[in-house]
Parts: sequence; C-alpha cells; structure tokens
Amino acid sequence: MAFAAPKETFSGKVFEVIIGTDKTAVFGGENVLSFHAFEGNVPHRPVIAYEVQDIVPDDWPETVKKVYDSVSGDPVTWAKYCQDTLNAKAIALRLLSTHPDRENRSPEDAAKTVKDVLAAINVPLIILGSNHAEKDSSVLVAVSEAAKDKNCIIGKAQEGNYKTIAAAAMANNHKLIAMSELDINLSKQLNILITQMGFDKEKLITDPMCSALGYGLEYTYSVMERIRLAALTQNDATMQPPMLADVGMYVWKIKETQASDAELPLWGSLAERGITWEAVTAASLLMSGAELLIMRHPEAVKAVEKFIDELM
Amino acid sequence: MALTGVEIFKLLPKTNCKKCGHPTCLAFAMKLAQRQASLDACPDVSEEAKRILGEASAPPIRPITLGAGDKAVKMGEETVLFRHEKKFVNPCAFAVEVKDSMSDDEINKVVDEVLNSEIDRVGQKLRIDAIFVSNASNDAGKFESVVKGIASKAPAVPLIISTNNPAAAEAALKNIADKKPLLYGADESNAEAMANVAKAYKASLGVTARGLDALSALTEKIKGLGVEDIVLDSGARSAKEMLEANTFIRRAAIKKNFKALGYPVITFVQRDDKMLESLVATLGVTKYSSIVVLSSIEKWKNLALFTLRQNIYTDPQVPMQVEQKIYKIGEPTPESPLTITTNFSLTYFIVSGEIENSKVPCRLAVMDCEGLSVLTAWAAGKFTASKIAQFIQESGIENEIKHKELIIPGYVAILSGAIEDKLPGWKVTVGPREANGLPAFLRSKV
Ligand code: SF4
Repeated sequence: MAFAAPKETFSGKVFEVIIGTDKTAVFGGENVLSFHAFEGNVPHRPVIAYEVQDIVPDDWPETVKKVYDSVSGDPVTWAKYCQDTLNAKAIALRLLSTHPDRENRSPEDAAKTVKDVLAAINVPLIILGSNHAEKDSSVLVAVSEAAKDKNCIIGKAQEGNYKTIAAAAMANNHKLIAMSELDINLSKQLNILITQMGFDKEKLITDPMCSALGYGLEYTYSVMERIRLAALTQNDATMQPPMLADVGMYVWKIKETQASDAELPLWGSLAERGITWEAVTAASLLMSGAELLIMRHPEAVKAVEKFIDELM
Repeated sequence: MALTGVEIFKLLPKTNCKKCGHPTCLAFAMKLAQRQASLDACPDVSEEAKRILGEASAPPIRPITLGAGDKAVKMGEETVLFRHEKKFVNPCAFAVEVKDSMSDDEINKVVDEVLNSEIDRVGQKLRIDAIFVSNASNDAGKFESVVKGIASKAPAVPLIISTNNPAAAEAALKNIADKKPLLYGADESNAEAMANVAKAYKASLGVTARGLDALSALTEKIKGLGVEDIVLDSGARSAKEMLEANTFIRRAAIKKNFKALGYPVITFVQRDDKMLESLVATLGVTKYSSIVVLSSIEKWKNLALFTLRQNIYTDPQVPMQVEQKIYKIGEPTPESPLTITTNFSLTYFIVSGEIENSKVPCRLAVMDCEGLSVLTAWAAGKFTASKIAQFIQESGIENEIKHKELIIPGYVAILSGAIEDKLPGWKVTVGPREANGLPAFLRSKV
C-alpha cells in the first residue's frame, strides 16, 4: 500500500493579534496546530515577552535575580535593559507592588510607573496586575487609562473582576488577557462573558493558567491542546483567541529552580537546571498551542527562540 | 482499524449459546469492540473470524521491547494522538550516544553516567534507558570490542547498535544476542543483509530512509524478509522535519491503520548547544518519539526530561489526587506551622509551591477529599469540621509537634469554630484565601 501523507485541514483559525504602536508584535493567525506549517498556514512566530516588575525581585532565585541586579531597582531601567540589551520583542510589566501583601501601592502609583515605562520603550507592553482579583480591578482600570491608545495587553481579567477590567481595556483600545483556572469550559465561559459586554473577541488572549514542569504542566498542556482543537475543528470563535503561557512566575518558585547542587547532588548544576526548567516548560507549552510567552531568564529565552527558529 | 460491535457480531456463530458468559453473541461482540472481553471466551468461533479479528485488533503501533530483564523498555502500542483522549502508553526511552571512536576513558565515563542516572521522582524510578553505540570508527573489530566492553560494564542496560555495515553489525551482535538489542542502520542499500543479521541474533531492526514514502516501502520489504520488530527513522533531523514526520507517522498508523508505518519511532536530537538539545528532546517526548537519542546526559538535563516524560505520560483520566498524609516542606521543627488543604493535586502543587516560596519550613496536612479543591470539597461535605478533626487526630501529628495550632484555608474560615469544638485544646487560625497569600502570611507567623 502506498503512503499518502495524512494531512488535516481545518475550518477554524486562530485570531491574529497585533500589539504595540511603534515597534509592533504579531502572533496567532494560524489555521493548524502548533508549527504544523506542512498542512496549513502559520504566518507568525510565537512572541516571547520579558517579565519586568515594579518591585525589586527579592523572591526570585539567585540564578535569575542576579541577571537583573543592576537594573531591577527601577522598572524603567529594567524595561530598557530588556529592550536594548536583551532585544526583547515585548515587555511584560508586572505591577506586583500593588498587592496588598506587598507594598499595597495605589492605582495612581501604578499608572505613573506604566507611563514612565511606556515613555522609555518602543516595543509593545503587556501590563499585568498583582493577581489579587479585587485590587487588580482598580489598578488595571487606572493603568488602562494611563496607557490609552498604546495598544497594550492588559491582564488578567478573571471571573471575579472581568467587568471593570474589560470595560477599561475596551475604552482605551487595549487587548485583554482572560484567565481562568485550568478548565476548558471555564475559559470558554469567561471569553463569552467578556464578549457579551461588547468586547471584540479578536482582541482577547486566553490564559488557561500556566503550570511549571513537574507541577501540573500536563494539565496546562492538555487544556491548551483541547482549546486549540476546539478552535480549529469546531470553528468555535470563543476558543479562537491566541493563548498565553505565563511561564516565568510559575517556574522560578519551585524547588527545582532553587535547591543548590550541594543540597541535591543528583539534580545537577542549579544554574543550568533552572534555565532548562524554564525553557522546557516554555517549549512544551509551545507544542500544545501557546503563542505568547512571558519569561524571565535571557538564556532560557534564547534557547526557546532557537527552538522556534528550528521549527519555523 | 478497530471493528464496530456490529461488524464483529457478523463474524460470530450467532447461536447465543452463552458459553462466553454473555447472554447473546451481540452482547459479547459489543464487549469485544470495547476491548472488555477476549475472543478466546467463545469456543465456537471460526478460524476465519479469528484471523480477521486478530488483524483488526492488533495494536496500530506494534509493541516492541528493547533490551531484556528488569531494565527492558517497552515501546509502541500507542492508540491516540492527544494525551487528553487516553493515556499515552509506553513512555519514550532516552538513549545516549557513545561513539566507538571515543577513548576508553570517555566511553567509561558515559557508561558510568548512565549507570548513575537513576532518580526517584514522585515514586517512580527514572533513568537513562539505553546506550546508543555507533560505529563511527568504521572498524568492525573496534566496534565489536567497544560493544562487548559496554555490555560487560552495564549488563542490564539495553543497547542500540548503530552501523550500516552488516559485517560490523554481526561482529557487535554476536556477543550480546541474549540482550534483545536494537540494530539500527538498515537502509535501501543493505536491507537484506541487515535483516538477516537481525534475524540471526533476534534483534529488532531500526530502518532509515529519506521520506515516509521510501520508509514505508522499506518496512514492507523488511517485513517480507521476516523481520517484524521494526523501529522507524524518518531521516528527519531538524525540529521542523521531526514534527512533520512524527505527526504523519502517528496519524497514518492510528487513523488510517497504515501498517507499514505502525512501528515505534527513533529520533535523533544531538546538538552542540545542550540547552537547545533539551528542547528538541521536548519535541520528541511530546510529539510521538519512542526513542530519543541524546549526545550527553548532564544531570540537570536528565531531571528536566524525566519530569517532562512523566508529566506527558500520566493518565489524564485518573483523578488528580495526591496521597493523604502530612507533608514536610523544608525542614520543619516541632514549632513550625501546620497548615491543611485538600488532596486535589493542583491544590497541593500550588499550596506546597507557595509554602516553599515562603522559605518558612512547614507541615502541610493533605486530606483525602477525593481529589476536590478546597471550596468544592467543602461544598460537597468532604472537607468538614468533623472530618478535619478526625484526620488530625488520627494522623498522630500531636506527638510530633509542640504546638496545637492549625492553619486552615481562608475559603473555609467558617469552619474554624466547629473545628476547635471537635479538636479540644487546638487553636484554629484562618489563613489566606488564595495560596499566593501564603508567603506573606507564613513569614508573619515566625
Ligand atoms: S460463546 Fe460464542 S456463540 Fe456462544 S453466545 Fe458467546 S459469542 Fe455467541
């Protein structure tokens, strides 16, 4: 029997999202599974954004903290370093200082930080709250206004706070991350709720919630695969926004990225282990469908970019 | 392709004699279709039906074992393309390449690394599964002695013998015929001679051709020569080619029942850049390779790849639970805080991750709530004051710690009074609602 390539084509397609105003970044747009250019159209590479915080990252493990020692005291310097020295394609600014358990800084403070960072960079900006649902709903409204018309991504809207955040993102012409916890139906439902408010479905980014390698990665992996299959095979528009993997924050808090070689000699060199952990987590989520990644360690980003080069 | 119940029914005797333990032939056919019964149970089935059903029920990807004994690796038998549909069956094997042109010291170093590669992770023993020995020297004598040396130093480790020279293959295999090695290197030019060597020494045979057309023609030819245990190399070397070839092979086998590609796949990911090599191996693990050949096996790389393989090959249908017990995080003293949560594995991962993050040594009591999260378990009556009290009492923790304070998740603050009533002498403290509040909370406690 002769071999016939079992190609599969789909009726659905992932929405293409463009962010930024000066230098822009584009992701999504494919009508096939990840990197399956052999049977369809994969117009853009995934985009990797460097994570920057508005607070000194004291809780980051040494391997990644030391990379930013000279710049992490100030988010503007830090963002410029990522753009100019590390050639970041996008910056993800996490406003962690606004968390009530951290410095509980005000939405106005956060808005000023955002303006300062925007003035200093020309690559696209992703603006993230502290993941405190209540506080985020005031912080993200203020920063959406401060960044008006800059075509940023605002995040993350969750079930408990999406209304105010989506309204602010809409009024100020931003894209929006909709995050739910590792369940395809919750993802779908949140996307529906947000679009029912009049928010354009083509401006959404789905965050099905990331998990680190060894700490639930398989759940994120399979939820992403299922969302992508629903987008393609069922042409389900509520599942067609591109997907985010917020990799760095999940990876750089687990034991494998912190325990020293002396403590666990069987685990090998800590520095390489941490970097590989971030890169492997990112690479596997690329395989399951992520188009936008937020990462921390430049060596991990470089490795993943090379991997993407080989795949495109 | 699998037959439907009705198709199977047509092949049965249709006497409804019940000897199979089912009320009717149709009922038995339905069970067969769901793979919940075996055809042997019907004593009257015809030889013709056996043949048809046997062919149809053969797994779409042939099961093949690499190596013999405890450390043998099973490959193939996969039934799906995506892990959420059904568990991926046989975790892919990691092999490290040793060239027979390397010095004895270099070879011994790698073999030692393989022998010491075993790591225990979440109750499973994970290791580098095999050694891939290549005949880089092109010298059959050299190859023979290197293979022999490795086999005596690491007798239990499965071997992959790589050469396209049948004479070298024979020289290497004759000393290890009892080990069920994989002979890799049959191609269009040497198929017949290699198939003969594989047959003579009961090795499975790795075949390579450029492109899947040529590869399928070659496997048919080799099967015709009497070798059935085949491993495929599509010739793909870049990540892009690998993804395409592995996807087509898996789809052809599973969706089209295309027998010529219904075999496990070997993938070569060696790169000078070891970090990149880890990522190309990631592609192999997630996308259908049965053997991934690495150039080096640093411990950090192994740990990441073992963990990934474990994650991808877990059963998606088993409820996501961890074992009920009191976990120690960091090195808790008798004074360290005691917290409690449910045994939904994600809850556990997130809570234990945040506790680690806090750098505050702690005990985390994980209570069996049938894999539900805190709020759901509470709503379902599984995370109640009396059950929590009972768990704490029966755990014997009172003898291990010097305080009697239990920190409960903020979402079940409402339970604090009732738990105190049922646990005399204990103080219940309400912790944060979300796990990400734990670091600040715990730091404030010590
Ligand atoms: S034993 Fe065979 S013939 Fe008898 S009922 Fe079962 S399937 Fe039918």
